[in-house]
Amino acid sequence: MTSPRGSQGVVGPARTRALSTSGRAAAQAPGSRRRLGPEPSGSRSPCTRFRLFSSLDRAACVLLRRSLPLLPRSDPAMPAPQCATCHKARAALRRPRSGRALCGACFCAAFEAEVLHTVVAGRLLPSGAVVAVGASGGKDSTVLAHVLQVLAPRLGISLRLVAVDEGIGGYRDAALAAVRRQAARWELPLTVVAYADLFGGWTMDAVARSTAGSGRSRACCTFCGVLRRRALEEGARLVGATHIVTGHNADDMAETVLMNFLRGDAARLARGGGLGSPGEGGALPRCRPLQLASQKEVVLYAHFRRLDYFSEECVYAPEAFRGHARHLLKLLEAARPSAVLDLVHSAERLALAPAARPPAPGACSRCGALASRALCQACALLDGLNRGRPRLAIGKGRRGLDEAGPPRDGEPERAPAPDAVPAF
Amino acid sequence: MCQVGEDYAEPASEEPPPRQPGREQKCVKCKEGLPVVVIRAGDAFCRDCFKAFYIHKFRAVLGKNRLIFPGEKVLLAWSGGPSSSSMVWQVLEGLSRESAKRLRFVPGIVCIDEGAACGLSPEARAKALAEMKLILQTVGFPWHVVALEEVFDLPPSVLRCFAQEPVGTEGAYKAAVDSFLQQQHVLGAEGAGDSPSLAQGEEQLSWPCTQDPQNPQSPDRPPTAAQTEALSRLFDSVKTLTAKEELLQALRTHLILHVARTHGYSKVMTGDSCTRLAIKLMTSLALGRGAFLAWDTGFSDERHGDVVVVRPMREHTLKEVAFYNHLFAVPSVFTPALDTKAPEKASIHRLMEAFMLRLQDQFPSTVSTVYRTSEKLVKAPRDGCAAGPPGPRCLLCMCALDIDTADSATAFGAQTPLHLSQTQPPTPPPTAPCCSAGMGRVQGCCGGARPCEREDPRARVIEQLCYGCRVNMKDLGLHRAADPGVPG
Repeated sequence: MTSPRGSQGVVGPARTRALSTSGRAAAQAPGSRRRLGPEPSGSRSPCTRFRLFSSLDRAACVLLRRSLPLLPRSDPAMPAPQCATCHKARAALRRPRSGRALCGACFCAAFEAEVLHTVVAGRLLPSGAVVAVGASGGKDSTVLAHVLQVLAPRLGISLRLVAVDEGIGGYRDAALAAVRRQAARWELPLTVVAYADLFGGWTMDAVARSTAGSGRSRACCTFCGVLRRRALEEGARLVGATHIVTGHNADDMAETVLMNFLRGDAARLARGGGLGSPGEGGALPRCRPLQLASQKEVVLYAHFRRLDYFSEECVYAPEAFRGHARHLLKLLEAARPSAVLDLVHSAERLALAPAARPPAPGACSRCGALASRALCQACALLDGLNRGRPRLAIGKGRRGLDEAGPPRDGEPERAPAPDAVPAF
Repeated sequence: MCQVGEDYAEPASEEPPPRQPGREQKCVKCKEGLPVVVIRAGDAFCRDCFKAFYIHKFRAVLGKNRLIFPGEKVLLAWSGGPSSSSMVWQVLEGLSRESAKRLRFVPGIVCIDEGAACGLSPEARAKALAEMKLILQTVGFPWHVVALEEVFDLPPSVLRCFAQEPVGTEGAYKAAVDSFLQQQHVLGAEGAGDSPSLAQGEEQLSWPCTQDPQNPQSPDRPPTAAQTEALSRLFDSVKTLTAKEELLQALRTHLILHVARTHGYSKVMTGDSCTRLAIKLMTSLALGRGAFLAWDTGFSDERHGDVVVVRPMREHTLKEVAFYNHLFAVPSVFTPALDTKAPEKASIHRLMEAFMLRLQDQFPSTVSTVYRTSEKLVKAPRDGCAAGPPGPRCLLCMCALDIDTADSATAFGAQTPLHLSQTQPPTPPPTAPCCSAGMGRVQGCCGGARPCEREDPRARVIEQLCYGCRVNMKDLGLHRAADPGVPG
């Protein structure tokens, strides 16, 4: 993939005013947008040509362009190709998936068009929906919120931002600050729900301390993932939302399917792979509009749109089992660039035996949320924490609780589950 | 990634500490013999118990699935490697047992000489071939050694899917076994009625050409230099090792099936072990073949219709195979393969193999976990549209196509690369009505396509491939549709 040189700032969404190519990207403070302005004098810019072209029809444009001398380039030794869509600007990147060379504006437009297609063709967000966006401050949720805001008038939806505060010191506070800044910029209402409030004072740091002594890995990510689902659901209800969207991208889905096979989690394999869950038994429907966008493209979009996000890793991430899958995915991508999408394609078409699927979900006896068993996973985990036996609900055979057999999650789980030894 | 110290630490203190294998430990099965090998996670077996355990697993896999009918002709695909050699040895031992437990099918061996694809010199190939023939003559089954170059001579009919034989029901299998046993009794009664003549009677049923183990049809003719040259050119034109391996596998499969069909074998046994199948499953996932995992890694693979591929070694791990071969002197031949000495990152297959084996070191149940998950996969399309008529099949791998129609949400995301290859000019509309894509009309289609432009038959070939094969096709040379089975 060619590195984006001379990126173009674009004002406003989805308007492909392709521009000159010879300027180098000036250092921009994150969050500011570059205005469409005249090129610095001294460079022969095609702006004049652009004005000339705009008065001609397409065929004449093509003829005229072919007869004109080639555009000036900043590096004559390595000419950059033209953008394959607008044929006017110099290409700034090559799309990882198809290999097409595009300029920044056309790439952003194509990205937004694809997200729109995913939402419309999958009928994910009907018109009039109030959509709660799970905003963590990271690149995925920031890009998601931005794209949805761009597409909101066309889809007829309204957005609310919901941020979850897990209580991880040194990490979540900085991320929340980024979310607050962006929310102010987009002028979207932001609600922050904290674990400490919802779950009786248990923050992730407290959970990590509680599970630290067992000699095995801490399994923080199991707790965090399950509790975050509950927290998102609570936050969405607080703002009166009808749908929940999260920023999972294609890389996440690929890692998930690899991980589920390595851990032998047939139930999750059977459940996952679709475009989201329709929401059974009172749970809000969730979807992942960015599911078919690879991580590289998400990062590039955030770059071209100058979005402000928080890009550090969670402090507990090195212990997660997902790290193995992630490492493998990076290697696979190096061997074959389309590996991520091939994995997503595979994941959608897995056919598992009916016996492997989880039972039909009912309601948790304690909190009323969606659950496959008498107690939903969140209540079960909290139970274990409160009793001083944090591993109670993890792994097979939930001894000490009222049920027998392996635990099943009532809600589709994204989180890495770092059972260091797949317990069989 | 996971911190090194915390991962597979000792279990918590309330469990008893694991027993270290010491001098006083006995075989876990018979409690008497001295253990020689540790299987799974800490089960030490003595030599005899290990042999019994190994053989029992082989017989149990065959017996549980009840696919191989008595008297059936079964082709054993032998590559010379440890797993397939072990399988051949098991079949040999199984056929020489006393009558009650004897295996009841008629075996033959096929060996594909892939030296040209791997770039071996003719001397190296001849040497490997000589070693293989030595072993084949020891084993004594009718054998066929086929060079990969013969794939150029395959008729196009090899790409057609023959009508699937209806899978026999339980009752059919039992009836077949009963009638077979009755036949034995009749033959035995005609003779002296005791076991030696029973053995003789069965001898008549078994391979008639014991005196002439060599394949009488095709004498041992080496492939012509032109064919070897064409094959190496074909493989050199493939850009990535991943696509090369997939191409080799497809050609090998087609060739084996052709041999099976020509000589009347209805089953083919391959020696894929548990470890190999787990790696194959993850590799197929990464290649986009998630829809076909059950066929690629299950016990039986009946997508070719009349010939069924069977994997009897699927419950033996590579460690067990290696120890068995070492302890009981099973002969095998090493031949370099495509990816011998290739760096770890060269292909998806290598990557996945290295990853799985490394993970297996850290989490010893990885391979068995993946294997057990693969057992839960079923051979059905995900949406349950199996009730409809069977759809078109992929040209290369013979699986039902798994491409969505253009208006599905995922079709956009996962299949756009196929329409956006940047060097392709827009394909002209087909000039003749005969150029319509359709199953089984490949010859007529491409025959009429010669006056069309070069890109057109290629686009039409791509339309008939499944997702995984399409991605592989991208790595093949642009100058021609490189599958020799497709004319033109």
